Amino acid sequence: MRFLDREGLGSLLARLVAEGYELIGPTVRDGTIVLDRIEAVDDLPAGVGEVEGPGTYRLVRRDDRRVFGFAHGPDAGKRFLFPSSEVLGTIGRRNGHLTAPPAEAGAEGRRAFVGLRPCDLHAIEVQDRVFRGGPEPDAAYAARRDGAFVIGVNCTAPGGTCFCDSMGTGPVCTVGFDVALTELDHGFLATAGTARGGDLLEEAGSREATPGEAAEGHRLLANARVHMGRSLDTSDLPGLLYRNRRHPRWADVAERCLACGNCTSVCPTCFCHDVVDDVDLAGETATRVREWASCFSVEFSHTAGMEVRTSREARYRQWLTHKFASWIDQFGTSGCVGCGRCITWCPVGIDVTEEVAAIRADDGAVALEVGA
Amino acid sequence: MNVVAPDLHRERAEAVPMRIAVVRRIVQETPDTATYWMNLRRRADRLAYSFAPGQFNMVYVFGAGEVPISISSDPARPTCLAHTVRATGRVTNLFPSLSLGDEIGVRGPFGRPWPMREAAGGDLVIVAGGLGFAPVRPALYAAMRNRAHYRRVIIMVGARGPQHMLFARRLGTWTHTLRARGVEPHLTVDIADDAWPYGHGVVTTLFDPAHLDPRMTTAFVCGPEIMMRFAVHELLERGMGTHRIYVSMERNMQCAARMCGHCQLGPAFVCADGPVFRYDEVAELLEEEEL
Repeated sequence: MRFLDREGLGSLLARLVAEGYELIGPTVRDGTIVLDRIEAVDDLPAGVGEVEGPGTYRLVRRDDRRVFGFAHGPDAGKRFLFPSSEVLGTIGRRNGHLTAPPAEAGAEGRRAFVGLRPCDLHAIEVQDRVFRGGPEPDAAYAARRDGAFVIGVNCTAPGGTCFCDSMGTGPVCTVGFDVALTELDHGFLATAGTARGGDLLEEAGSREATPGEAAEGHRLLANARVHMGRSLDTSDLPGLLYRNRRHPRWADVAERCLACGNCTSVCPTCFCHDVVDDVDLAGETATRVREWASCFSVEFSHTAGMEVRTSREARYRQWLTHKFASWIDQFGTSGCVGCGRCITWCPVGIDVTEEVAAIRADDGAVALEVGA
Repeated sequence: MNVVAPDLHRERAEAVPMRIAVVRRIVQETPDTATYWMNLRRRADRLAYSFAPGQFNMVYVFGAGEVPISISSDPARPTCLAHTVRATGRVTNLFPSLSLGDEIGVRGPFGRPWPMREAAGGDLVIVAGGLGFAPVRPALYAAMRNRAHYRRVIIMVGARGPQHMLFARRLGTWTHTLRARGVEPHLTVDIADDAWPYGHGVVTTLFDPAHLDPRMTTAFVCGPEIMMRFAVHELLERGMGTHRIYVSMERNMQCAARMCGHCQLGPAFVCADGPVFRYDEVAELLEEEEL
């Protein structure tokens, strides 16, 4: 275990910048902590904390100067690795003839992510399976992913809606990082996840952590585990959700759900998308654009002139069942990493842990009327 | 549940490029449905392209986008590609304005085909409803070409009315040709007129006259979900095993690569795990509304 002081982290970030990395890290904007381009360690939100709850998010001033003294805002790595809108290619039309040139690999710069949380790292691994593990791996996604340098930060201040401990994804970084930090009062405990990360820690002037510092890190992380705002019983979630497709709770939650799609936007693993054509005014070039889609929209399931999931109940059931059950069949991993963003950013405060618990509490109950 | 089909051949597509196809012939099938015959424009594409019965292409119309359309032509002649399209949505509504010589994009083929080999050695019964005739027509072609592989080959087709029967021009000649080649055709329409010489009623009314042998039969069923549900229940009642019945499912598909998420049916991505499923893989899912 290494120790890096604040200047050391600054030096590490400066080295990444010198190597041509664009730094993406947490910073305060519009009353939230967002991930955005940062220049240096001073752009990190020192002394800023959060209060998160169902449908609630606000920043608070901490009585220390910690730069990672919060859980997370609405952003994860998703919007950088899987942008909400991305050009896939163009189709040309001249004198009635079509041309479909092979898509050119985008010349995007390499990014260094600063301060992704353990849940976010797991979410990236989940999306890797979607975009790189299928029959047609997405070359642009793979290039962005392979070009990324990741500094993960272990969570010492989990949010009110966090339940990563239940999902086995946190509060400690276990996958997908080059360097992982635990923030202490006077600096950071640091672990290298890759040889590259180890080299950078050396170059940035880290030293061996003292037993006292290591023990303080353990204490903070153990404390984080018991201060998760939420928890979820994950035993046989696929079985539970598959056998309860007609549970009355679906109608109950549909009464509250606005089908706004906030949850799918902030979810770090939701990958569903549309591909749309954008035609220039001359009618000669159609740009094929991939855009985030949400299974909460009616048109999402449009098939052969009609919609499959017309009721909000069916759409909520699709989302929740996909996230916690069918995702496992499809990709060998849960689609939920327990970050709790869907709870925080739901405008009516629907809590997935509460919905699943309600179904479990009344396992086997059958609604009198099914569907719409 | 898990969708597994170790016994089925499954295409593993490598990054499939969009190929350009030229519309060569248009056959109006019903008031809202036409078959578009096309050739791939580049010779190299024509030589490289092949498909299996039941597979589909992502068909692209300039400025509107792609739609998944099953291939309705003979798999033994992949250079003459046919798609039978009902004008019903944003993209398909542009098909009626296509003219001969127009170009469209084709990506594919995708999906799990009808299990022609698994059906060999016994009776093959194909049950189609409405537009569902299109995805099974390549299976009919394949069965006729390899007629000796099957004992009986039976095709049952149901449609709303005579004017909604696909591929039905010169129906008398067609049924005669089928019989001459050892295929038993059974046709019916929900609402018949006086000129209609075949059956009257839903497609399941054809099962009794066909005298199916449940022990020896493999069934391919394709049509609207409600029709498939009834057809499958009738087949099961006659003693057929759920593992001998195959259905072709339809969902919105935008990528055909298990990525866009639109075509999910429970745990399955219809674009890659289907569109053809063995009935026991999806039986539980078909019983649910709005899945």
